[in-house]
Amino acid sequence: MNTFKKSFRELVRYPSAIIGLVSIGFLLVVSVYALATIPYSEATRLWRGGEDVWYQNPKYAAPAWMNYFSDVKKPVSFAVSTRDESMTKTVETAAQGTSTITILHSFDYTYDEFPQEMILYFDGTYQDKLPFVSVAWIMPSGERVRIADLAVDRDLTFRISQDQKLMKRLHTEDVLPALFIEPKSESTVPVKGTYQLEITAVTFEANSDVNVEFVLHGTLYGAAGTDQYRRDLMLPLLWGTPIALAFGLLAALGTSLLTMIIAAIGSWYGGWVDELIQRITEINLVLPFLAILIMVGTFYSRSIWVILGVTVLLSIFSGAIKTYRAVFMQSKVSPYIEAARAYGTTDRRIIFSYLIPRMIPLLIPALVSSVPAFVFLEASLAVLGLGDPVLPTWGKIIENAFAEGALYRGLYYWVLEPAALLMLTGLGFAMLGFALDRIFNPRLRDV
Amino acid sequence: MSQTNNNLLRIEDLVLHFGTTRGSVQAVDKVNFGLNANQAVVVLGESGCGKSSLAKAILRLLPRNVVSYSGRIYLDGNDVMKLNDEDFRQNIRWASISMVPQAAMNSLNPVIRVGDQVAEPAIIHLGVSKQDAVSLVKKMFQHVGVPEDFINRYPFELSGGMRQRVAIAMALVTSPNLIILDEPTSALDVLTQASIFNVLKRLKGELGISFILITHDIATSSELADGVAVMYAGQIVEISDAHRFFAEPLHPYSRMLMASVPRLRANVEPEFITGQPPSLLNPPKGCRFADRCPKRFDKCSEEPPTANVDGIQVKCWLYTS
Amino acid sequence: MIDKQRDVLLSIDDLHVWFELRRFGFGHAGYVKAVDGVTFDLHYGETIAIVGESGCGKSSLMKTILGLNKPTKGSITFDGSLDVGKLEGERLRQYRAKIGYVQQDPFGALAPFMNVQRILEEPLVINGVKDPAERERRVRKVMEEVKLTPVDDFMHKFPHMLSGGQQQRVVIARAIILEPKLVVADEPVSMLDASVRVEILKLLRGLQEKYQLAVIYITHDLSTVRYFSERVFVMYAGNVVEKAPVNSLVQNPKHPYTLALMDATSDPDANNALTYRELPPGEPPSLVKPPSGCRFHPRCPRRIENLCEVEEPYDLQADDHLVACWLYK
Repeated sequence: MNTFKKSFRELVRYPSAIIGLVSIGFLLVVSVYALATIPYSEATRLWRGGEDVWYQNPKYAAPAWMNYFSDVKKPVSFAVSTRDESMTKTVETAAQGTSTITILHSFDYTYDEFPQEMILYFDGTYQDKLPFVSVAWIMPSGERVRIADLAVDRDLTFRISQDQKLMKRLHTEDVLPALFIEPKSESTVPVKGTYQLEITAVTFEANSDVNVEFVLHGTLYGAAGTDQYRRDLMLPLLWGTPIALAFGLLAALGTSLLTMIIAAIGSWYGGWVDELIQRITEINLVLPFLAILIMVGTFYSRSIWVILGVTVLLSIFSGAIKTYRAVFMQSKVSPYIEAARAYGTTDRRIIFSYLIPRMIPLLIPALVSSVPAFVFLEASLAVLGLGDPVLPTWGKIIENAFAEGALYRGLYYWVLEPAALLMLTGLGFAMLGFALDRIFNPRLRDV
Repeated sequence: MSQTNNNLLRIEDLVLHFGTTRGSVQAVDKVNFGLNANQAVVVLGESGCGKSSLAKAILRLLPRNVVSYSGRIYLDGNDVMKLNDEDFRQNIRWASISMVPQAAMNSLNPVIRVGDQVAEPAIIHLGVSKQDAVSLVKKMFQHVGVPEDFINRYPFELSGGMRQRVAIAMALVTSPNLIILDEPTSALDVLTQASIFNVLKRLKGELGISFILITHDIATSSELADGVAVMYAGQIVEISDAHRFFAEPLHPYSRMLMASVPRLRANVEPEFITGQPPSLLNPPKGCRFADRCPKRFDKCSEEPPTANVDGIQVKCWLYTS
Repeated sequence: MIDKQRDVLLSIDDLHVWFELRRFGFGHAGYVKAVDGVTFDLHYGETIAIVGESGCGKSSLMKTILGLNKPTKGSITFDGSLDVGKLEGERLRQYRAKIGYVQQDPFGALAPFMNVQRILEEPLVINGVKDPAERERRVRKVMEEVKLTPVDDFMHKFPHMLSGGQQQRVVIARAIILEPKLVVADEPVSMLDASVRVEILKLLRGLQEKYQLAVIYITHDLSTVRYFSERVFVMYAGNVVEKAPVNSLVQNPKHPYTLALMDATSDPDANNALTYRELPPGEPPSLVKPPSGCRFHPRCPRRIENLCEVEEPYDLQADDHLVACWLYK
């Protein structure tokens, strides 16, 4: 414990270690947050997606903070509902079971562009008689536009931009701009100010009720933006973190430990055991690693855990086995091993208590530095279409972006966000690895 | 033999301190000594006393973490500390003073023929042609007792003793006046050690070369020594001539060191020195040997001056009157 | 000093240790005859020194005694009945644990990632001392024995925190913690400073006397031999060329090689610098194709023509020496 504290204190003397630890710490916090707030089943359900899950979101929306970097302010999407009381709803009960429901929502619109769409989702409760609803739009100037008068079914979607009656009433095909520009104005930009949506519903039965959700699809959304399926990219960014870390750490740990144990066994026993390991390594080195992974992904399973297993299996007999072997061959003849043999140590104990511990200083920095490579591998496989089919990962974001031509279409956020996280992972582990290497391998250190 | 008139090399107040994370290591601390032409001085000391650092300080082969490097080094009367690094490299190191580093025989490049390795310093420093270098190397091999046809061999084809001779030839090839030998025989067998010392004696006798021999091995050091300097914890505690030193050293540390040597030809029980040398990180104030010294008294808590006892310099309060 | 009545602890008879040389990994290319016909007895509580240059076969002999090499021919009998060359597996492992081993390079001999306590506990753990309290008691006891005191100061230190002398004490403590009857010390002081050498030799000597250990002291340095051993064996090119009580050997060496070794050994004396040393020419021979007859004959100043290069000398009695040299026929 004390030595651990001491090495930690030594570690933080290196700025690169601090950068690395902070980056990794950030990724860990994100992982914990993701796992704690979005359970696995919820994450896969949301990622599977569909219009009913993500209807609130626009497609291809850049993150909302893009407005900070641009003079042209783009509209940010939002959704409000009477169910969660983000829209005010007042009910006045009259005689004979009739009641009047007034639903109001005012919002500030301060953007320089028009929204893509505004949608009203009605949800009526009734026995026989349908509730009746009229919707009005009040502009900052007080100008009142009648949007619609409808009988509300149990589930009714009203897309403002596509309503034929409204087009006629406003004398235009483009309904949305008309709602944001004063009627006689020549202006082509929205009027900024407070708009109000006023929905008045009348119900004709005792337990009849109306609930409304109002969704405005801007061209920006949330902290991370959305993809072609309206999915909030925050989900794969958050959930991709624990997956990437788990994949990277497990692969690095599994590979390094198994490689080292096999190298130790080979170099200690020598003879045919060593020969066999050497030959397997040489064959494995010429096997096309990526091609095998692609074959496994195509013909067997794209589950991330299967891919992890195959990756570890293929990486065990890698060039590292030769490096470790060279070091083991040196330690094998070192006096302390000879002494251990002389006081009767068994082969197994020599391998695990004498040879391998000597290697830990070499192993730890190498292990830490190899984590990003595996994280990148997982991302690369996803880009090649071999990502896990159910899990939201960083690689899948890039794959989608790539498939949708995000860069051609100027949707840079789509690629840059996962790329930034991948780079942070790479940087974090590499920086920590450098510092660890200096601590564990004092020859690299300035005296 | 006078110690005052060091006409070949004179070192005054040489200081070399290294920086580490835990403080500065006073590897060489105000060292004064020197030697005359055609003289061999042994720097005796135990591991970690700073004797190898002294060699590096003389040749200005400094690691990066030096925090303090000062003093005066007069070579033939000129202070070479004043030279810039480039002049020093061209005119002093390997040209006037060369070195056989510790474990030199194991530091030869395994993939270059030994003849070419010996020729290298001559080509660099003397600017001789390849052909001249070959004959020069053959001449050097004669001096150190390596058969001429070995010039085309690789280091692994040579025995330890032969490789050590090659390392000496490398130091010799630029015809320097002074060669610093750092533990030249410590990893060799008795017969090989003795033959290497025969070579060194011949170089001194026939070519008039001077040596600084850095070693912890008192018995073999007597094979070459004209003068002896004893180093302890970064300082030189005694400078004496060989006859008087090997008969009876003055400094308590030198005496105890001498008493610890097992002898083949005399049946005396050797005695060891209890305790450990002090760390060079924070050496004690006063005499650095005081903790282990049987003759310690009050004054030893102050740093002793260097007393001159009939030409022998001793850094000990016992000899100040 | 030698009590001939003492029982024999280790009996070595016509021992050969050859290593096969292979060409390209398979084809036979001869043998390195590292030990080539060595015979001697070691008694309980006796100390012997084996003196020779590197490559004379003394390390191979030692490792064969320790059970780390297999004899090619001949036998090693331990404690009257154990035929060491025939041991395999678990019994070989148990045999190895019966002999203490002190190595040359103390720093290399200690696992750098273990602290002193762990290092000393390892032989106990491996040889079935299961109770941790018992192990700690024995570790403490043995640390007292080698004067690594105060014990608590040293228990948790790692080898790199110790001086060379302290490291060698740990090595010695490890060698005696299983209470062996025999300790093999391979150049135990050659890598230590002069002032520490004597201390370590005296420590070994003290332990030897206290526990009546038999000690095989292997060295290339004749000057330390007289302070340590009762008998000296001089090895040259795989053979023992001279066996003698220590004082007799030092005062009256017989074999020309022993003489050469003694001539080459310096005592501190300023007169050494005034003369060249007389040395035999050449270098020790290859052990793959050693010279015929007496292996020292190509370098021997007193060689007898038509005898030394033809016939191999055997142990000849000269005073209380056994000398493998035709001069004493």
